[in-house]
Amino acid sequence: MTSALHVSARPGFALAGAILLLVLPLGLLAVDQPFYIVLASRILVFALIASSLNLLIGYGGMISFGHAAFVGIGAYTVAGLMQAGIVSAWLAWPIAMLAGAVLALGIGWISLRTSGVYFIMITLAFAQMAYYAIISLKLLGGDDGLSLGGRSALLPGIDLKADLSFYYVALACFAASLAFLHRLINAELGRALQGVRDNETRMEALGFPTYRIKLAAFIIAGALAGLGGALLANLTGLVSPSLLHWTQSGALMIMVILGGAGRLLGGAIGAAVLLIIEEVLRDYTIHWQLGVGVVLLAIVLFAPSGLAGGLAGLRQRRQA
Amino acid sequence: MSAPSLAISGLSKRFGGVVAVDAVELQLQSGELHALIGPNGAGKTTLVQLLSGAERVDAGSIHLDGRDITHVAMHQRAGLGLGRSYQISSVFAAFSVLDNLALAAQARARRRWGCWAPVAADAVLFAAARGTLDAIGLSARAETPAGALAHGERRQLELGLALASGASMLLLDEPMAGMAAAEAERMLALIASLRGKFTILLVEHDMDAVFRLADRITVLVYGRVIATGGAEDIRRHPDVRRAYLGEDQP
Ligand SMILES: Nc1ncnc2c1ncn2[C@@H]1O[C@H](COP(=O)(O)OP(=O)(O)O)[C@@H](O)[C@H]1O
Ligand SMILES: [Mg+2]
Repeated sequence: MTSALHVSARPGFALAGAILLLVLPLGLLAVDQPFYIVLASRILVFALIASSLNLLIGYGGMISFGHAAFVGIGAYTVAGLMQAGIVSAWLAWPIAMLAGAVLALGIGWISLRTSGVYFIMITLAFAQMAYYAIISLKLLGGDDGLSLGGRSALLPGIDLKADLSFYYVALACFAASLAFLHRLINAELGRALQGVRDNETRMEALGFPTYRIKLAAFIIAGALAGLGGALLANLTGLVSPSLLHWTQSGALMIMVILGGAGRLLGGAIGAAVLLIIEEVLRDYTIHWQLGVGVVLLAIVLFAPSGLAGGLAGLRQRRQA
Repeated sequence: MSAPSLAISGLSKRFGGVVAVDAVELQLQSGELHALIGPNGAGKTTLVQLLSGAERVDAGSIHLDGRDITHVAMHQRAGLGLGRSYQISSVFAAFSVLDNLALAAQARARRRWGCWAPVAADAVLFAAARGTLDAIGLSARAETPAGALAHGERRQLELGLALASGASMLLLDEPMAGMAAAEAERMLALIASLRGKFTILLVEHDMDAVFRLADRITVLVYGRVIATGGAEDIRRHPDVRRAYLGEDQP
């Protein structure tokens, strides 16, 4: 391959990862730890969401501080539809993606006219507006949120209420999203997006409509986050305004930076590490957030390009 | 694609109290290599910024092949064939040299929205990029990240981006700036080889280089055009000698 920009999947690595994720819940059942299947599902959902944010931060240079809004609207869409009697995942989940995309179109339309710190602040402001809007809507349960009477219906025979089936559905959604993002970053739009990240003015001088390119990426990320929200609503069985709180957006950003912005697996690795640290430390101390802070600091200091970048660096050094 | 013409009329730009470009009149004929010279701060870069659409004009008009582009967005002007290079190299530092040129080739092919097919597998596009790579003499550096290039090499890539982007008119802002003598000579030869295929506005500081190369020369001082003509006219022009060469009238 002559293009250094092209990200090729290492087939052995991908196969190993796929097998591991496929047998993981069976292993957990074998050692009688079914609780961890739910944690693993949660990691997969957040891996999907963080990967969508990585498209913006890592590949587009758009430091969006309001990603939770798209997750939230996806989750509330599924919950609201379920209250209205629409339980089919085939209907509700695409509508959740559409809702995420439409919200991203609206927020991106305005936010993407700014850059730098202003962009960070305005995306944060929009997400907080969405947060307060949800709280004030009695129809959506206000402060208390909405409880989903059950889980979405997928196919006869697949009962999403079973944690095991849900895990595999979450895995399928994550894998499909990651595969799509992989295609995307190597395709025309993805390379143009990385060009915009590197040097937006020059891209415009070359003839690229940079604003629309960024908006397209923003909409795609919003749709994927909406799907993540739909899964999250099903996983927890409850949607509440806290899904849209700015600390959620912050946690997603931490996942991306921790895992490696601009690395294909950055979002997924960051989500796994952050959620596992949280899980482990929570058992030992109520000050687990401090522990997360220390780990984050160490990674920023010792692996500035995130865990994925640090691992790639190690591999290169070993080969050299 | 034949080389376009450019007509600039009454073009002005002010930064606060500074009138950087002052009612400039300038005609570039199709296929012409037109040099723009003038002392530092004369407004040459500002004029290129206005022509490429990077800065808004305060007054005046710009016509490309008879079409009014005064208020056309920068990326659309590029789409109409207006390419430029920067006085301070503006490349894609994280991209390899080849990927820089492939991105420009992608611009030329107007390919932006594909979400599935890998660009790297596009042999035609990369053949075009390699063609430019050879033309600018950077074949040995294809895989090098642009951020790691030496200054002179980065200047070559800077021009290469404009060439690969499919422009038919080139606005070149001091392409030889900061180059060593031998490098500058090669760059000059490269620009000479473009003559006739493109309409070129060559902004230059070094007058000797320009006098050898240009069909016509325009002299800009304090944002104003003080002379336009062939090399001999400019050399002999009393205002030019006084203002630009810092000479008193004989
Ligand atoms: N963005 C800007 N803001 C304020 N002043 C500027 C700006 N760009 C250029 N100028 C001023 O305009 C004048 C012309 O500058 P410039 O076009 O860079 O000249 P040249 O390229 O001929 O050296 C200078 O006085 C410069 O300080
Ligand atoms: Mg200049």
